[in-house]
Amino acid sequence: MPNAVPLSWYLILSAILFGLGVAGFIFRRNIITVFMSIELMLNAVNLTFVTFSYQFKQVDGHIYSFFVMVVAAAEAAVGLAIILTVFKNRSTLMIDDVNSMKY
Amino acid sequence: MNLWLIPIFPLLGFLLNGLLGRRLPKAMINLIALGSVALSFAWVVKTLVGLGPIETKYIEHYCTWIQSGTLNISVDFAVDRLTAIMLMVVTGVGLLIHIYAAGYMEHEGGYYRFFAYFNLFMFFMLVLVLAQNYLLLFVGWEGVGLCSYLLIGFYFTEQFATTAGNKAFIVNRIGDFGFSLAVFLIVRQFGTLDFTKVFDAAKGLPAEASTGILTIITLLLLVGAAGKSAQIPLYVWLPDAMAGPTPVSALIHAATMVTAGVYMIARSASLFSKAPITMDTVAVIGLATAFFAATIGLAQTDIKKVFAYSTVSQLGYMFLGVGVGAFSAGIFHLMTHAFFKALLFLGAGAVIHGLHGEQELGQMGGLFKHMKITAITLFCASLAISGFPFTSGFFSKDAILVAAYEHAPWMYWVGVLTAGMTAFYVFRAWFLAFTGDYRGHAHPHESPLVMTGPLMILAVLSLAGGFINIPHFLEPMFAERAENQGLAWLSAGVGILGILLAYVFYVAKRGLADSFAKAAGGLYTLVYNKYFVDEAYDATVVEPLIEGSRTVLWRGVDAGLIDGTVNGVGTRSRGIGSILRLAQSGNIRSYAAWVVLGSIALLLAIGFSGGLR
Amino acid sequence: MPANFAPSAADYLRILPEIIMTVAGVLIMLLEGWLGENKKRNLSVQTFVAFAAALVSAVAANGNPGLSFSNMLIVDGFATFFRVLVIAVGILSLFSATQYLKREHAESSEYYALLLFSVTGQCIMATANELIMIFIGLEISSIATYVLAGYLRDDKRNNEAALKYFLLGSFATAFLLYGIAWIYGTTGSTNLSTIRIALLTPGSETNVILAGTAAALMFVGFAFKVSAAPFQIWAPDVYQGAPAPVTLFMSAGPKAAAFAVFLRVFMTAFGPITSRWEPFVWSSALLTMIIGNFAALMQTNIKRLLAYSSIANAGYVMVAIAADSQIGVAAAMFYLAAYAFMNIGAFAVVTHFSRQGEKFVNVEDLAGLGWKQPVTAALFSIFLLSLIGVPLTGGFFGKFYIFKAALDANLVWLTVLGLLNSAVAAYYYLRILVVMYMKEPGEATLSLQPVGVGIAATLWISAVGTLVLGIFPSVVLNFATASSALVK
Repeated sequence: MPNAVPLSWYLILSAILFGLGVAGFIFRRNIITVFMSIELMLNAVNLTFVTFSYQFKQVDGHIYSFFVMVVAAAEAAVGLAIILTVFKNRSTLMIDDVNSMKY
Repeated sequence: MNLWLIPIFPLLGFLLNGLLGRRLPKAMINLIALGSVALSFAWVVKTLVGLGPIETKYIEHYCTWIQSGTLNISVDFAVDRLTAIMLMVVTGVGLLIHIYAAGYMEHEGGYYRFFAYFNLFMFFMLVLVLAQNYLLLFVGWEGVGLCSYLLIGFYFTEQFATTAGNKAFIVNRIGDFGFSLAVFLIVRQFGTLDFTKVFDAAKGLPAEASTGILTIITLLLLVGAAGKSAQIPLYVWLPDAMAGPTPVSALIHAATMVTAGVYMIARSASLFSKAPITMDTVAVIGLATAFFAATIGLAQTDIKKVFAYSTVSQLGYMFLGVGVGAFSAGIFHLMTHAFFKALLFLGAGAVIHGLHGEQELGQMGGLFKHMKITAITLFCASLAISGFPFTSGFFSKDAILVAAYEHAPWMYWVGVLTAGMTAFYVFRAWFLAFTGDYRGHAHPHESPLVMTGPLMILAVLSLAGGFINIPHFLEPMFAERAENQGLAWLSAGVGILGILLAYVFYVAKRGLADSFAKAAGGLYTLVYNKYFVDEAYDATVVEPLIEGSRTVLWRGVDAGLIDGTVNGVGTRSRGIGSILRLAQSGNIRSYAAWVVLGSIALLLAIGFSGGLR
Repeated sequence: MPANFAPSAADYLRILPEIIMTVAGVLIMLLEGWLGENKKRNLSVQTFVAFAAALVSAVAANGNPGLSFSNMLIVDGFATFFRVLVIAVGILSLFSATQYLKREHAESSEYYALLLFSVTGQCIMATANELIMIFIGLEISSIATYVLAGYLRDDKRNNEAALKYFLLGSFATAFLLYGIAWIYGTTGSTNLSTIRIALLTPGSETNVILAGTAAALMFVGFAFKVSAAPFQIWAPDVYQGAPAPVTLFMSAGPKAAAFAVFLRVFMTAFGPITSRWEPFVWSSALLTMIIGNFAALMQTNIKRLLAYSSIANAGYVMVAIAADSQIGVAAAMFYLAAYAFMNIGAFAVVTHFSRQGEKFVNVEDLAGLGWKQPVTAALFSIFLLSLIGVPLTGGFFGKFYIFKAALDANLVWLTVLGLLNSAVAAYYYLRILVVMYMKEPGEATLSLQPVGVGIAATLWISAVGTLVLGIFPSVVLNFATASSALVK
């Protein structure tokens, strides 16, 4: 495939996605959005796995990305439940309001 | 010979009294506590008789404790002549003080608890003395520290006792830090902790003219010894430790535990003698401690405080002794000091007991007619500590001073001056307590026989103990001995001068002392307040430690950096309260920012630099 | 690739502990519906039986060590050590939880199932020989622990702890995973020994830089889980907020398992690039000790104090890792075992003392405990003395070996500073002792009920463990030393 997109572009894209996820975690204030930022990071990782897998002509990386998706789904189930209980108790989804324990 | 039986008796006593003591009658507690120490003493005597002259070290191997790689540490007990002396002192004096304590503590709460701790202390002290390697010695070392701490804080209802206990523990931690580092270095250097092996290896090494590994090891050991034996700059805990019951002061803070540092140095003589720099340091520290503590002792008004500072001062003498290479003299003084200082404290205890808890010399006076035995025995002890001719202190102190003269004459002269001050303040206390008119309000009475009995035995030992020729006995272990009759008599003369001065100041011409104190003015204040060392430590060490952790962690790494970038400056009110917000702001996003910052630092360090090593 | 993918019987035997616990966890959730309200007690018994069976099979698996499931898992001495350790932690936290759950009226099958699942994940971490298995084990353990941290749904502190733990934990795991992806891209494999071989082969300089970057990213994930600086920041809040028996569990089990993978990954896979990560572990160890110990000085809440103490203790283990030697590994293993006992003991006392709704969690509340319940206080003293590092306790020998390993590796300054740190640490542990023995009992102490069976069992087992490790350290140390060789 002489005219294919170079491999490094995928890697750079995944790095940018990962960075966006990190930035989102730090700068967004809604807990749900923060949580979605984590999902974004995980997807960036998946992209990396698939890219490398393609490069090596192996199937391993593809499988890994499925593992990651499964784990991410489990995390989402638990995470949303935790967020729900927080909302029930505090009636807020602002992340900065959840700071009663400190120092 | 079953050496293990020696420490095991007190341990059993501790277990019995500690677990069942609450339900036992007092007589039973006494029987267990005193009986266990008596058995231990009897076994020591039997062992020593059985061993005869102990020409070579007698070692008993029990089991391998740790076998890890090349390092092999076993549980061994050993007896040589040095240990023999320590065993006799610890169990003998320990037994007397136990007997005394049975009378002294009779009306105190927590009777069983006291004796449980006391027996536990005996156990650890005996382990310390019998140990044949540094690790086992360290077990005893930490153990006695712990018991000391528990017993200082025995009157836990008094805030002062609690803080004194803390102080003792914390200062000792500094010493233990040095000790443990030394132990690590010994393992590293010699590959073993066994005394015989380490010392044999050290004998093959040349003496170090400049700082070498042996110098570092011995200096660290010295830090440990200075902590335990209350030497400058780690002496501050001992005077405060007198907050504990008086038998504790006598046993732990005068006769046995505090001398562990001296014992340890003498035990490690093979290492120390290869490190002249350390030896000089030991001698100078010892001398300085002896001198400064004596000056502080001059102005104390609490009878136990006077003796406390005199303990610090006498420990300084012992350090001076071992520091100038006269190990046997140091141990000799350790033994005689155990006799007369235990007696001084027990006597002070009898006075305090007779006065229902009064400790201020200003509230005493004229007690001679009320408590004759106490007065006379205390007089004997005072003579001994002053180095009055042919008392025990005379022989041991002079052995040290003569050795110091051989080493450096100026040390001798400072030592003699200190001896004079010692005689002065000890007799000052005696005169203030027993002569003149009674100034207090209690009804003084003599103590029961269970207390005066040990006093009398110790008085005999204080007077005659000097005729036990320890330096001769130890000669096979520590070679050198200096003799100089003239110098010995000179220092004894200065001691007598001190006694006479005290007589003039406090008996013949009362009031002279006060006017003298007024004339000295600032100097007196300085000395009376112990040179403000405690205050200085608080200001320079304790406060900065607390302040520092508060400032650095709360303010320095303040969320200012993080929150500032995150929230934009000014979105959050920055009241005074928020100054104390540390990195730990409770805010999830700033926590995440920390994680990110850490990762960036890490990526730069690991990923792109070539490694820092 | 092997032609035959079907796992052999030996493969199954090697993961029997995980299988037992997973099946038991599922069964317990199903069983709850059939059992009546008054039979809830049986749940804890069943959980205990599952743990015990897992423990036995973990020990038995060590009789036939080796790789299994196409080199995904490895059963060796090291793995067995940590499997036994985390299962033991599971048992102890089960003992200490029963009474607590009854007190909070929250006894239900989920708690026990989650505990089983979490330990399962930790067992997988201990045996994993491959990065994706490590990730999966870590997530199984973590996800279960996130829920446990917020177990009391209506408690505000529980929620907050769970949320913080969950969000930050997933965040750090994403870094770990990204690191795994990069190491896969650099070496073409996720198998630890293959990575090691790939890094040992002389290659281009880029390769090493990329591997270093990947190692750094994975370090973030591991350091977060073991609460090492600068990624320790979540620990105090989460430890304080979570239910006491969960904190007890979190501070021992997941931490030990995380250290197990930390050690295995960095000693085997990243062994060839030691010079790159070693200075960073060094500084992280120092920073962790300092932050933990100095921040603990300021605490009044005992759970928070123990949280900082737990951070400081992670720092000591990091020192052992920085030593980068077999002795270091053995020292870390020994210390983690000793730490598990003393820490569980301390938190068990807190669990017992805190009462319903965790009313009494201040250090001052413990006033006079020494007189009200002498046995509890005496056991607590053993744990505290061990944490201080007094001889004849496990904590002393743990520190002894760690600093000996550090000195052997020529880390002189780290040793000196570490010892100084442990001297400072004595102060805040001591404060608890002082309050217990030297203050008059207050309201909190006087209203204290006698110790329940579960807590008593936890306390006694932990105390015996602490003392055995202190008096007969060889027992565990010999095994640790023999197992540490397999890591390299």
